[in-house]
Amino acid sequence: MESESLHLNCDYVASSGHILSCEQKAALQTSLIILQNENKFYRVYFWGKILGVKDNYFIAQGVYKDEFAGRKTFYSKDCIHWGLLPHATQEMKTKSKLAKGRFTGDPAYEFEHVETKKIGEGEEATEEEETTIIKEEDRLSSVVAEIDEDVRIVPRGAFIQVPTAEVVKNRSFEGLSVQEAAKLCNYMHFREAKRLDLKTLLQRANMDKAIDFMDSIEDDIPRGAWTLQFERGSGLLVLRSLSWPGYVFYHVPATQKYGSIYFGTGEKNMDLPFML
Amino acid sequence: MSEGEQEAAALVASEPAKEKEFRKAKVYMLTASTLSGLNLYDHLSRVLGKILDERPDNVVDIFEDISKDAKRTKFTSDVDTIQDKVDRSTEVALAQVQRKLFTKQGEDGEDEVPQEEEVETPLPNLMELCFFFEQAGVGLNREEVIRVWLAMKSLVDNHPLQHVRFWGKIFGTEQNYYVAEVEYREGDEEEDEDEEEEEKAEEETVDKDPDEEAEAEEVEEDDTPKPDFKPPALVPKEENRTGPNKKTYFVCNDPGKPWVKLPLVQPNQITASRQIKKYFTGRLDAAVVSYPPFPGNEANYLRAQIARISAGTHISPLGFYQFDEEEEEEEEGEARDHFVENIDFEGIPLRDLTDPSLSNWVHHVLHILPQGRCTWWNPVQKAEEDFEEDEEEEEREEPDEPEPEVGPPLLTPLAEDEEVGGMAAWTPTLSSTLIPQYAIAVMHSNLWPGAHAFAVDKKFENVYIGYGHKYKPENYTPPNPPPIQEEFPSGPEITEADDPTPEEEAALRAAQQEAAEAEEMEEPEGDDDEDD
Repeated sequence: MESESLHLNCDYVASSGHILSCEQKAALQTSLIILQNENKFYRVYFWGKILGVKDNYFIAQGVYKDEFAGRKTFYSKDCIHWGLLPHATQEMKTKSKLAKGRFTGDPAYEFEHVETKKIGEGEEATEEEETTIIKEEDRLSSVVAEIDEDVRIVPRGAFIQVPTAEVVKNRSFEGLSVQEAAKLCNYMHFREAKRLDLKTLLQRANMDKAIDFMDSIEDDIPRGAWTLQFERGSGLLVLRSLSWPGYVFYHVPATQKYGSIYFGTGEKNMDLPFML
Repeated sequence: MSEGEQEAAALVASEPAKEKEFRKAKVYMLTASTLSGLNLYDHLSRVLGKILDERPDNVVDIFEDISKDAKRTKFTSDVDTIQDKVDRSTEVALAQVQRKLFTKQGEDGEDEVPQEEEVETPLPNLMELCFFFEQAGVGLNREEVIRVWLAMKSLVDNHPLQHVRFWGKIFGTEQNYYVAEVEYREGDEEEDEDEEEEEKAEEETVDKDPDEEAEAEEVEEDDTPKPDFKPPALVPKEENRTGPNKKTYFVCNDPGKPWVKLPLVQPNQITASRQIKKYFTGRLDAAVVSYPPFPGNEANYLRAQIARISAGTHISPLGFYQFDEEEEEEEEGEARDHFVENIDFEGIPLRDLTDPSLSNWVHHVLHILPQGRCTWWNPVQKAEEDFEEDEEEEEREEPDEPEPEVGPPLLTPLAEDEEVGGMAAWTPTLSSTLIPQYAIAVMHSNLWPGAHAFAVDKKFENVYIGYGHKYKPENYTPPNPPPIQEEFPSGPEITEADDPTPEEEAALRAAQQEAAEAEEMEEPEGDDDEDD
C-alpha cells in the first residue's frame, strides 16, 4: 500500500488481523519519507511484514515512474533503518526454495540444506553430501520477489501501458463498481504478462491494449486460491490469497482506493489443494 | 444488437463489396447509445426530415442548433425506474442489522439503568484489551471491535452468563467467524441443559433410525449376510463444564447477526480434526469434505479446532491462577482441572515475562490427550461389560490393560512445550523498544500462528486471529488409506475345477450304481454287526 496515506489504508486491512502499532505507524511515516527523498523515488509502497521467529522484517518498496522496471526493495527491523535487499536472481530463487522453516529474524543467518547424491553406478555407488548454504537476506529477497510475482494484484484499469511501454498509474481510474468488483476477472497480476499468449485470438481482439497488458487472476490455478469477501456490506472488498496466506488486497468500490499488504511467515501454502 | 450484427454479417458474406460497406456503416449508425438510448441513424433522419419540412436559410450554419433542438424536444421521462427502486444492497442490509446494536434497550420508556448498576456485568472491557493488543501489533479494526463488543453485550443480555470473553476471529473462504467464549452461571444452566437433552434425543433418534430400517429389511430378507465386524467403542464425550467442553462457544459471521451456539465437542471429532487440514467456508452447516471423513459438519469442525487452539495457546502469567487448596486433598489421583484466581498475585516484571526461557507463563487450559479427551478414558472397561452380555465371547483372552495416556498437568509452564520444527513454541517480545518503561509483554505462538497473548501488571488476555490451522514444518500428507483386506484363503471348496465331460459323468454314474448295489449286498452283514 502507498506510504503517503499509510495511516488511512491500514484501517482497510485491519479486519484481517493486520495492524501496526501506533509506534510502528509513526516510525514508518517518518522513515519512509526520508527513504523516498534519499533515493529520489517517484512513490514508496509499504509492502508488509515478514514474521520471523525472533524478530520481524518490515519491507518497503520504492518505484520510479515506470512501476514495473527498477523497483527496489528495502527491509528494516525497527521501521527506521532501511537496508537495500539484493536483487533476486533466478539462482537465488531456486536456492531459497530449499530452505525450510520460518525466518529467524537475523539477516546474516545461514540456512543449510544437505542433499545426498549418488555417484557412480551399481555397487560402486558412493553417497556424497552436498551442502547448500542459503543466506537469510537472499531468501528474504527471493520470497518478496516471489510473492510479488505470484499474488501481487491491482484492479483492472488502475495501471495503463503508455505507447513507450512504460507502465504508469492511470489517472482516470475511477474504481470498479460493486458488480465489477465481485468478479475475479477484474483483477490483474501486477507483473509482466505470462499467459496472454494462451488466450484465443477472439479473446485478444476484445482486449484493450492499454489496460489488458497483464494476466487476470481468474485463470489462477487452483481455482479457489483467492477468497473474495465484501466487508461493511459492500463498502469494502477484501481479496485474500490462500496460496500465500497473509496477502490481503483491498479495494473500496467506485473509488481510487486500493492496495495490498503481506503480513505472514514468508512460506507458501503447499497444502492448498488439500484444503479447499 | 448482436442479432443485428449477425444478420448483417450473414448478408455481408453474399454481397458485393460496396453493398457490404454500406450495410456495415448502417449497422454502426444504428447502434444505440448506452447513455441516452438514441441512435445516430434515427437522429439524423429526424433532423434531415425537420430541415426538409421547414427549409430554413443557411441551413449549414445552424445545423448544430437544429440537431440540438431535435434532441432536446424529444420526449424523455425524468423518472429513472431503476434509481427509484428501494436500494437493498448488502451494504444497506448490514447497516440495518447493525443499527440494532447501537440502540439502547431501555429506549422504550422503561428505565433499566439502576438495575444494571447493581449487577456486576460479565462483559469484559474489550476496548482496553484491544488497546493493549494494538500496541503488540495484533488485533482488529477499532470500529470492528466496538461492534463485536456491542454484539457481546447483547449476548450477555440474552443469556445467564457468568463469564464472557472475545475468543478471536477465524477467517473462512466465504465469511469469517467471530467467536465468543462464555461460561453459564451455576444453576442457571437448566435452559442450556434442556437444549442439550434435546440434542441428545435427536442424536439418539438419528442413531436409531438406521437400525430400525435395518430391522425392517431383515424381516423381509432373513438371509442377508451381516458383517460380524464391530466398530471399536466410541470414546464418550466429556460432560459439559469439563475437559474440552469446559466452556461454551458462540459464533457469528458479522457482529449484529445472531449468535449461534456451537455443539459440544466429541473426542472422535478432535482426533479426526488432527488428521485433516481444511479451510473454513464460513457456513456452519457446510459439509466437511475430507479424507479421513470428518464426523460432523463445519460447526463441529470449528468447535474441535477451537478446543485444540484453546488447549494449546491459552496462557497466563505464572501465579495468576492457583489450585484451590481445599479441593487439592480430595482429588489427588486425578488430574486437577479446577483453579482459582490468586488474589495475592502482584504481577511479574516485564523482563521475566519476556525471558526466552518461557518459565513465567503457564497453560491454564488442560492439554487434550491423543484420545480426544482431557481425562483418559479406559476403553477396556467398556469391553468387559460387553463380555458379560454375550457369554459366548467370554472365553476370549482379555486384552491387555492399555497404557493410560498422560498429558502435562494444568498450569504447566510453557518451557515444557515441545519445539516446532526446531524453533521454540512461543516468541516473547516487548511491545516497544523505544519506551520500554511502559511496554507490555507479548507472546506470539509459533505452533498456532495467529494466537497471541499479552500481559501487563495484573492484566493478561489471549486472542486468536487466523485461519485456524496448526503450523507444521512439513507439508501436509493425508493419512494412508487402510490396507486392503486379505483375500479369502483359497481351499478346495472354492477352487474352480473343470466341468466333467459326458464320458466322465457316465463313468461316475456307473460307479455310483455299482457302489449302491454293493451296499445292498453288504447291508445284511452290517445289520448283523450291529446286533453283535
